[in-house]
Amino acid sequence: MKVPAAIVEEALPDASPVAVQGPWRRFATEFAESRLALAGLALLAAIVIVAVAAPIVSPQNPYDLAQLDVLDSKLAPGEHSSSTGMTYWLGTDDQGRDMLSGILYGLRISLIVGASSTLIALALGLALGLTAAYFGGWVDTLVMRIADIQLSFPAILIALVLLALMGQGAGKIVAALVTVQWAYYARTVRSAALVERQKEYIEAARGLALSRARIVFRHLLPNCLPPLILVATVQVAHAISLEATLSFLGLGLPITEPSLGLLIANGFQYLLSGTYWISFYPGLALLATIVSINLVADQLRDVLNPRLRR
Amino acid sequence: MIGFTLRRLGQGLLVMAVMSTLVFVGVYAIGNPVELLVNPQADDAERARATAALGLDKPLTAQFATFVVRALQGDLGRSFVYNVPAIQLILDKLPATLELAAVATVIAIVIGIPLGLVAGLKPDSWLGRSIMAGSILGFSLPTFWVGLVLIMVFSVKLGWLPPNGRGETAMLLGVPVSFLTLDGLRHLAMPATNLALLKLSLLARLTRGGTREALLQDYVKFARAKGLTPGRVIGVHVLKNIMIPIVTVIGLELGSVIAYAVVTESIFAWPGSGKLLIDSINQLDRPVIVAYLLVTLAIFVTINFVVDVLYSFLDPRVRLAAAPAH
Amino acid sequence: MSDPVLQVEGLRTHFFTREGVVKAVDDVSFAIGRGRILGLVGESGSGKSMTGYSILGLVDPPGRIVSGRVMLEGRNLTDLSPSEWRKVRGNRVAMIFQDPMMTLNPVLRIDTQMVEAVRAHRDVTRDEALERCRAALERVGIASAGERLRQYPHQFSGGMRQRVAIAIALLNQPALIIADEPTTALDVTVQGQILAEVQALCRDSGTSLVWITHDLSVVAGLADEVCVMYAGRIVESGSVDEILDRPMHPYTRALLDSVPARNAPGRPLAQIRGMTPSLMRLPPGCAFRERCSRAVDACRADPAWRSPAAGRGLRCVNPLP
Repeated sequence: MKVPAAIVEEALPDASPVAVQGPWRRFATEFAESRLALAGLALLAAIVIVAVAAPIVSPQNPYDLAQLDVLDSKLAPGEHSSSTGMTYWLGTDDQGRDMLSGILYGLRISLIVGASSTLIALALGLALGLTAAYFGGWVDTLVMRIADIQLSFPAILIALVLLALMGQGAGKIVAALVTVQWAYYARTVRSAALVERQKEYIEAARGLALSRARIVFRHLLPNCLPPLILVATVQVAHAISLEATLSFLGLGLPITEPSLGLLIANGFQYLLSGTYWISFYPGLALLATIVSINLVADQLRDVLNPRLRR
Repeated sequence: MIGFTLRRLGQGLLVMAVMSTLVFVGVYAIGNPVELLVNPQADDAERARATAALGLDKPLTAQFATFVVRALQGDLGRSFVYNVPAIQLILDKLPATLELAAVATVIAIVIGIPLGLVAGLKPDSWLGRSIMAGSILGFSLPTFWVGLVLIMVFSVKLGWLPPNGRGETAMLLGVPVSFLTLDGLRHLAMPATNLALLKLSLLARLTRGGTREALLQDYVKFARAKGLTPGRVIGVHVLKNIMIPIVTVIGLELGSVIAYAVVTESIFAWPGSGKLLIDSINQLDRPVIVAYLLVTLAIFVTINFVVDVLYSFLDPRVRLAAAPAH
Repeated sequence: MSDPVLQVEGLRTHFFTREGVVKAVDDVSFAIGRGRILGLVGESGSGKSMTGYSILGLVDPPGRIVSGRVMLEGRNLTDLSPSEWRKVRGNRVAMIFQDPMMTLNPVLRIDTQMVEAVRAHRDVTRDEALERCRAALERVGIASAGERLRQYPHQFSGGMRQRVAIAIALLNQPALIIADEPTTALDVTVQGQILAEVQALCRDSGTSLVWITHDLSVVAGLADEVCVMYAGRIVESGSVDEILDRPMHPYTRALLDSVPARNAPGRPLAQIRGMTPSLMRLPPGCAFRERCSRAVDACRADPAWRSPAAGRGLRCVNPLP
């Protein structure tokens, strides 16, 4: 409600004896208000740790053919290997690979592809967006027109087409994901930078004849960060989801580096005969990852939204 | 108003032109057009013939001219696999996709907006919170996985709904549609729901956000000060304000729904243009890919244009921008 | 006062926020007679707007009316159920807000927004309602009212929009109008016009008016009675002439002195030293104590509300002589 906010703000004079919480602490406190978001953060942390430690943690290396026993194929969850006696907690696939191990390795790939494409897209978008905002004029128009046109088409379509033209491979997937994402960052950064550019402290910096680069990096950049972090968080989830979808459609990562999407695709053909676990559990892992990221992003958005300031 | 419409139309055509050029460049100049447009199983002699027939030995500008002329006439090459004009293949399958997209959009609107309204009006209630949590789930779940689960539950375990195909169709205005037959509806249920889920969640969240913001505005307070019933305050004052961005989003997302149909059609073997695209990519049927691209582009540009015009219609501030205040 | 239109007794509206309790309105009492104009004066954060909202029952969580009574035409509003409230708002009591651009819904036409105000309280046809609205617009001085009705808020200038808001307030002939700084957002020339028109309208229709403002000069020309608010409390009240000529509370005196027009040319402008206190951490006793040049030990205790003369109210233990 606007009125009490005004009252509360005016009611707290500058020389308040109460210790003012630093911005980070306040941010952390507000973020922690949602138990759901905290749960999401915890889940995400667990997933990342497990994925990073996959070679250590998983019971089997699913890509080491020597470790596989094809007689163990399509065992239901909880059954044991006839040869080694190990328990397949989540069952095996049609090649006798342990699903749990496959999922752990697959998580790794999915996370790496998702994170790296997001980071590259962020860097690219950031650079282009700042450039457009700072130089204005035709540079601005050109960059933004391209971004706008690209954003008006669905990501999946652009990615499909690019992969159809380029072929398969991890690098190409990352390239496709970057192409699809950069425009979000560029646009976000540009709007934030434009707003900041009007503000007085930039004029002051200009007045002090600081170099352009310095103005951009030291002054514009830090203030564009909050919306950027938000977009990046949401986009990581999108990237992971998109990569999984593309892999599922057979256009993504090759079989030698299967991500979760490919694992799911593998199991699809067995679904109708009741052998559900080959698709289902990788799907759950994917779901957990995306949901936890989105839970965190959601609370982040609420905390950072100036219009809902309480 | 007319000027605005014409400007938007001009922009749309410009985008089409630019994108077509990009496609041309992508296929003819950068890619190896012989590889892309000639059947990979062709031997050298056939390739030479095809090269000449496609005019690939001519300078690039001449090729571009031919491309444009042919494209404007609707000739976008022939499918390798089916040996019919690519454009005809696409147009045959398009109605199925459009129907799927339309039904999915309707489901998303009819369920998503009311849910979002409730969540916005009572954000801290049990109901409001579960709607929000559900919506996070809704757009986090990858579409293809939801489809999988739907098949698992409704086809394999329960046996209620068929997992693939389109079923019986009836003719409506010369176009086969599924929703007019019971069997068609049974086949439509899962794919449409699958496709709708993402948009439904987004709409619910959008509506909720919009409602929450609208409720903080002064005009809501003023409306209450006039003694209006809550029904009217929300149903007229709040709703009309939030509808503008929501309608815009629905319109813009319509294209996205058509694109995502690609995934749903693959899972449910729905015979639409999306499935055609995936099959074509896997079969290296490049002319069909190009044709799909250009047709989809045209659809998108049209949708964007219509949404722009519609938006100006809905928001009086945009429409009457030329009229001075006095 | 016999049979006041509005009688506020001991009104307390508190906000229960995470950081503490904000006592926005703390024991406010006043009364207005029929056709009289009361000026409610105070700085930002003094609680004057919140008093207005409390009278209309438009206090949203985390705030609520904690105690006190608001008697409108003999009826206690604080007891009302939500549906009873709806029958009173816009009907027996109406409100005019500060920023007309934000209070009129930008995507609805003027006639829609006016007709609904009429039909919420009167059982008339749409055409009858439209006719009423047209007449109301003409009364507030809007020419070509018929055409204007079909326009949107952004097609009006600021002053015109505020006139529309005034017209809406008058539509159902309320007994009381509460105007919350309605001219603050307008040009000075327009401000003067609107003040004069509102005064005339109220006199003609016998409507009582509470005019909330921070600007003493507005009150001088407009009001019959004045209440001065500080930190959620009324510190002084009386007729406008008495308050302006013979203020008793040091705060009122300081407010008057700080009006630039009252300053002799060349001399430094008078200021009230210090700052308005936090409404969450009010010092015990008189809230003005730390800024008052006349503060004594007795001020450490909450000064009681008393009546030092007929028709005057005062909350001070060491008033001006």
